[in-house]
Amino acid sequence: MSTPSSVLSAPTAVREGAFGHAVHLVCRECRATQPLGPSYACQECFGPLEIGYEFPEVTRAQIEAGPKNIWRYQALLPVPADITGSPNMEPGFTRLLKADNLARELGIRKLWVKDDSGNPTHSFKDRVVAIALSAARELGMTVFACPSTGNLANAVAAAGARAGMKTVVFIPHDLETPKVVTSAVYTDSLVAVKGNYDDVNRLASEIAGEEEGWAFVNVNVRPYYAEGSKTLGYEVAEQLGWRLPRQVVIPVASGSQLTKVDKGFSELVQLGLVDDAPYTIFGAQAEGCSPVSQAFKAGHDVVRPVKPDTIAKSLAIGNPADGPYVLDVARRTGGAVEDVTDEEVREGIRLLARTEGVFAETAGGVTVAVLKKLVETGRLDPDEETVVFNTGDGLKTLDAIADRVGPAATIEPSYAAFMRTGLA
Amino acid sequence: MSVSVRIPTILRTYTGGESEVSAEGGTLAEVLDSLDGSYPGIKARILDDQGAIRRFVNVYVGNDDVRFLQALETSTPEGTQVSVIPAVAGG
Repeated sequence: MSTPSSVLSAPTAVREGAFGHAVHLVCRECRATQPLGPSYACQECFGPLEIGYEFPEVTRAQIEAGPKNIWRYQALLPVPADITGSPNMEPGFTRLLKADNLARELGIRKLWVKDDSGNPTHSFKDRVVAIALSAARELGMTVFACPSTGNLANAVAAAGARAGMKTVVFIPHDLETPKVVTSAVYTDSLVAVKGNYDDVNRLASEIAGEEEGWAFVNVNVRPYYAEGSKTLGYEVAEQLGWRLPRQVVIPVASGSQLTKVDKGFSELVQLGLVDDAPYTIFGAQAEGCSPVSQAFKAGHDVVRPVKPDTIAKSLAIGNPADGPYVLDVARRTGGAVEDVTDEEVREGIRLLARTEGVFAETAGGVTVAVLKKLVETGRLDPDEETVVFNTGDGLKTLDAIADRVGPAATIEPSYAAFMRTGLA
Repeated sequence: MSVSVRIPTILRTYTGGESEVSAEGGTLAEVLDSLDGSYPGIKARILDDQGAIRRFVNVYVGNDDVRFLQALETSTPEGTQVSVIPAVAGG
């Protein structure tokens, strides 16, 4: 079958080693393979493509000698060996915080928070965008773009600016103001679309199909982009002293992050970098956009799309591309996918803030609230070591809790007035 | 009834590179039959062996995902635009 040039748009001259040890794209549904290029859907069945590798031997020492960012894992990513030489945001190696106060409050023996709000634009999206940027460069693409719920818009706009590429970012028109401002500041080409995220996503898919040279990070270079989330899994294992955590709780929007953390753990085992130990992966959604959680509870292996209605806008993807694979991972590892109400999300944000000094965005509120619910309902073992992910910064979603927190008292500037507050 | 169908890049091998083609039918099922008459084989790329829309294909009638409507029985009034778009994106 002949293929239109715009589908494979074959990189006229992709240099040797452009994608590191990646060797081809492989369909997750039918396992058909095709050459590395700007493709995201299988030519045979429309299934999603992912990167296939032939890894060399990789040692802990090699990784530990690398930079304090995701490029320490270069050998495990679809990027060239000289990746650190081109301008990028250098994301990753964020804190893994021992969360004793939160653990005590929830009745868990050992708990860690993987705090990815410490990335350059304050969410995990800097990881995936860094890989997409490399792919766009190596494929000779000229425009860097994305549809986004906000965090991705920030990451793409910033990375595009730093790389000196033309950057166009599409967002739903009703995003939280801070996410609009923190995208617009980096680019003159922010487009607000009158629709929800799924509408914006559809528009991006259409543009990607029509315009040559546009790299939509989460559409036509998505196989590369998605690999960036593996680094969350690598880091957690390395930061725990090269071992896998027993339980992890991860937010689910498209579901890509959760499936790639699983892939990251599997690769570490395959490469002999950690011992082969069982782990359990839990997915977290907001009730107002919980298609994967609903499918999990109903025992389905397909996900019925929903119209999102939740304050957790960064997770508000009604038609999650990797939903079926999240179900597979949760079931295979003995985990679950659970959802919580917007009220529980707000409480989750406050709980993490007041116990650990970490101000999470709504997605972090979702994971903490789901963690609490999983403990209360007996599905997460409180005696086993657990890692909960915070993937974004609360400063971007102030509205979610602005009417819940504030001064305990407003007083005259006198000692007597202060004493009357009872805070002494 | 005549409708316009937007074809994704991945299926344009069937339509001679055309991104938008015409088809006939009062329901999505009829439109896909009509499309297959003009471009043999294309229907089997959109539907699976059981005749349902493939897991990783989204089909829209106007602005609405047919999974929120009546799937293949969704009506396609004269002049409607039908769009076929790979579902693998987002996040």
